[in-house]
Amino acid sequence: MRKLLQPVLAVVVGLALGLSFTWFAGENPWHVLRILGQSAFGSGYDLGMTLFYSTPLIFTGLAVAVPFQAGLFNIGAEGQLTLGALAAAVVGALWPRLPWPLAPVLAGLAALLVGTLWGAIPGWLRARRGSHEVINTIMLNFIAAGLASYVTLYLFQSPDTQNPETRAIGTGYLIHQFAIFGGAPVSTALPLAVITAFLMWVLLWRTVIGYEMRAVGQSESAARAAGIDAARVRILSMAIAGGLAGLVGVGEVLGNAGKFRLGFSPEYGFIGIAVALLGRNQPAGVVAAALLFGALHKGAADLDLETEHVTREVSLILEALIILSVSAEGLWSWMRRRGPS
Amino acid sequence: MELDETARPIVTADLLASTLRVSTPLIFAALGGMFSERSGVINIALEGLMLIGSFAAAVGTFVTHSPWLGSACGLAAGVGLAAVYALFVIRLRADQIVAGTAINMLAMGLTPFLCKILYDVTGSTPAIPIGERFQSAPLYLSWALVAICFLWMKYTPAGLWVKFAGEHPEALDAAGVRVNRVRWIAVLTSGALAGMGGASLSIFLSSSFSRDMTAGRGFMALAALIFGKWKPLPTALACLLFGFADAAQIRLQGVVVWGDKPIPVQFIQILPYLVTILVLAGFVGRSRPPRALGTPFQKT
Amino acid sequence: MAVATPPAVELRGLTKQFGSVLANAGVNLRVEPGTIHGVIGENGAGKSTTMKMLYGIFPPDAGEIFVRGKKRIWKSPADAIAAGIGMVHQHFMLAGPYSALDNILLGAEPVRLGIIERKKARAHLETLARQYGLPVNLNQPVERLPVGVQQRVEILKLLFRDATILILDEPTAVLTPQETQGLFRHLKKLRDEGKTILLITHKLKEVMSITDRVTVLRDGRVTGEMPTARTNPQELANLMVGRKVVLSIDVPPSCPREGTALQVESLALAGVAGSRHKLADVNFAVKHGEIVGMAGIEGNGQSELLQAILHPRESRCRTSGAVRVLGQDVTTWHASRIRELGVAVIPEDRQHEGLLLERPVSENFLLGLQRSPAFSYAGFLRAAHVERTAAQAVDEYDVRPRELTIRAGQLSGGNQQKLIVAREFQRKPGLLIAAQPTRGVDVGAIEFIHNRIVRARDEGAGVLLISFELDDVLTLSDRILVMYEGRIVAEFLRGQVAERELGLKMAGS
Repeated sequence: MRKLLQPVLAVVVGLALGLSFTWFAGENPWHVLRILGQSAFGSGYDLGMTLFYSTPLIFTGLAVAVPFQAGLFNIGAEGQLTLGALAAAVVGALWPRLPWPLAPVLAGLAALLVGTLWGAIPGWLRARRGSHEVINTIMLNFIAAGLASYVTLYLFQSPDTQNPETRAIGTGYLIHQFAIFGGAPVSTALPLAVITAFLMWVLLWRTVIGYEMRAVGQSESAARAAGIDAARVRILSMAIAGGLAGLVGVGEVLGNAGKFRLGFSPEYGFIGIAVALLGRNQPAGVVAAALLFGALHKGAADLDLETEHVTREVSLILEALIILSVSAEGLWSWMRRRGPS
Repeated sequence: MELDETARPIVTADLLASTLRVSTPLIFAALGGMFSERSGVINIALEGLMLIGSFAAAVGTFVTHSPWLGSACGLAAGVGLAAVYALFVIRLRADQIVAGTAINMLAMGLTPFLCKILYDVTGSTPAIPIGERFQSAPLYLSWALVAICFLWMKYTPAGLWVKFAGEHPEALDAAGVRVNRVRWIAVLTSGALAGMGGASLSIFLSSSFSRDMTAGRGFMALAALIFGKWKPLPTALACLLFGFADAAQIRLQGVVVWGDKPIPVQFIQILPYLVTILVLAGFVGRSRPPRALGTPFQKT
Repeated sequence: MAVATPPAVELRGLTKQFGSVLANAGVNLRVEPGTIHGVIGENGAGKSTTMKMLYGIFPPDAGEIFVRGKKRIWKSPADAIAAGIGMVHQHFMLAGPYSALDNILLGAEPVRLGIIERKKARAHLETLARQYGLPVNLNQPVERLPVGVQQRVEILKLLFRDATILILDEPTAVLTPQETQGLFRHLKKLRDEGKTILLITHKLKEVMSITDRVTVLRDGRVTGEMPTARTNPQELANLMVGRKVVLSIDVPPSCPREGTALQVESLALAGVAGSRHKLADVNFAVKHGEIVGMAGIEGNGQSELLQAILHPRESRCRTSGAVRVLGQDVTTWHASRIRELGVAVIPEDRQHEGLLLERPVSENFLLGLQRSPAFSYAGFLRAAHVERTAAQAVDEYDVRPRELTIRAGQLSGGNQQKLIVAREFQRKPGLLIAAQPTRGVDVGAIEFIHNRIVRARDEGAGVLLISFELDDVLTLSDRILVMYEGRIVAEFLRGQVAERELGLKMAGS
């Protein structure tokens, strides 16, 4: 129970601070809080949209949490998910006549593979060249954006519209959407995300490779001394992370838009960092935190519409404040002194 | 690679001048990062500090009609945000990379938020007329700063303290100097300098603040710092290298290199980022960071 | 009637608590001016804590500090330094890439118009160096100075600040016996010039040889205080530990068996361009059923030797030569594969190389063994089996407390070491490599570990013991090799050599 207290308190503190910002902007904070709550869970559609936003956050949260266990900081989920989604859309545009279920599986694998590759690059750079993954992943985000822009605008631009998006994928690629959410595009990507989270738990705590990852993250010197190949573990954890982020493409392309839209991601990659931290880098925590941040995201979008001065960016501010609260070790160390890990 | 006729004018004095201008924000930010990192505090937050500085400077200049006052606003904003960062990583011993990322996100969220409150749009602040912007002052200032930093680190006691705070804080503590106070001041200084770097983005290199205008420059500054072994002069030269990539990228857009179609603009735009990765991959192994970089200092 | 000179330092009732640990409980100490006063105790007895309070690093919870008869309260080391107290820490407070001069000046820089007056300081230091016989090259980056010279830099730091009371914390930990003699000569000269010296150590023989008075600490309390001339090592040891301590265990003679556990042939490792070789022409073998002890001062190639044996793939280990472990040529093998042959390792830095401090004991038990068929199957961990085996081992090896869920970082040094021994012996090793096995371990656990090492030998393992503690080496080894500047320079059989000669060989003569 005590372990839950820290993240919960962090959310409360972060929310309180963030609401004070809205007060500064001229809005009544209670009004803001009410809008947030209603918008997230008020109706079937609202709940659906919350779940829709939460799904990619589970993937990106895992994409940050897993390498974090190995001591690596993946800020590249944004680029990884962009290229993963692009890959799924490209497959769907290249071979539009493939039937279900082969089609979505193929597109999903493409998303997984491309994401894995984009994650393996900074993993390799860190393992073999020693350059820090924080800077590399951020650079790769920009490069991925450039690549996605090129591929979309020059190679696969949809003829039906001026918007920067690819041609529609074949209908065989679309995955099932749950009707009970009143039109919100909640697809089988959601259960996929939850299952993936469970698989990550199994990976980290029940397999040899997961143990080695956590050992490297805990104490690289001790892991090395015990014969664990830290370089291999690092590359692997980043590759897995990239693949996890790439799976966002399944929900977005196959379960929502039916194509790749440039800039579709409202910073899912960055929010994934907040999700991972709040979820204490544990898969179960990630799912819970993703739900919270999904609600926040939906709420912020409505806030933008329903208030004079508060924009949707307030969610970024809130997330930043929550991250800061969670990370303040000095505040929480008095809790740790009470008991075992 | 055969350069087409139209490509030849690329390598000119014009390009070099452009390089110097474009490097200016990087130099400010990188020198700011130097103080922080030499004292032992990783500074991933340079991006956010620059961003808030560029916003505050644009607003300040627009309101006061003076780029100098505007810069002061940019500096102050950088110091303010850096104070938040310092509070979390020095006092509360938060993980420095995590907190730095949060600060960046905070700046990314605050700037459009404040922009909306002040000007009712989130995209950019109103344009500042050319008479009220800097023409070249920040450029000269940045190089003067390089010299000042070099001299200061080498010859003053405070410079020695910063170096020891990052290399062997226990020794500094045993010598009777308060390590965390040195680090606080170093981080606030980095905020001021990064803020100035941001200011030079919005009121020197362009005419207003636009959303997320730093576009990764804070990280390039950090990469320049690592490449420059955390020393003022090599770091400034590294900034020139990245500035060159940035300046060249603007020039190369639309240029035909072979065949008859120009290089897609995206490939050119990613040039600076690619250069950063390559530079880091090639050289990081050889440069040695301050020994205590990243470790909060606590008396045992 | 003349007034008696007040003691240089007097501590009354000094108390300090860290969380649940009572580091100092009412420590009383009285040091007369112009003497060398020894403060002795085991690891964790509280000596360092007392000295840190005297030096102003943190304040006492209770008690008083008197310097030259006046009560003082320090807000920071700066106050203590101003009062003339200086401290040479066990781990030198020197920043490697910066010059000896800068390291000495730190915090006491002579300043004119904002600039450090390095020339003036240099001149002053050269005078001091001459006066006290402490020659140092001030311009060299400290990391390039030999350890003995680094210590002189530390002492010069104190003299530069006009220290009259010098505290030295375990100063001989990294010195050869000859360098130790040199240090003691310097200390005597300092004492004769009127300085007061506090010597913190756990080495009984040193206390006997150089101090005028000695205070014994145990578990945060003073258990004895007397003129050195009136005591002896056995008495001091008993006061340190509280029970009759057997200073060395009885080791039955070895019966070496057939077969070589470890063979090192012509091993060489080049140094960085220009400097001497890290390892040069190292040849030796360890047979099953024997303990080979490698004596030598830290930094003479022992770490490199271990790297070459256990991590040969890493390019910085070896430029030529071969290593054979349990009959296999492992020169190109991966580290984990070598261990799987049945090699148990007690690492020299257990906190950074042997344990995951933030993880529970049960997870630490798995470290290095996670791929063994006993604990894993098809890539998955056999969690229940791990728990059972760990519980048994913790019992058998007397790891206290007997709790699998606490973090390894919460165990004491001795129990951490026992945990590592328990884990490593799971392999039923054919080769045991023990590096600094008794460093930071209390006397009771030392006995246990010594016994286990002998038992491993008697059960057929070959044991390579690398230790800077001559007691370990002399007690346990059937054969002793001496390593100096990357070479094996001497070999002795058990009983053939006394400490003095060993020390000479370790220093290269």
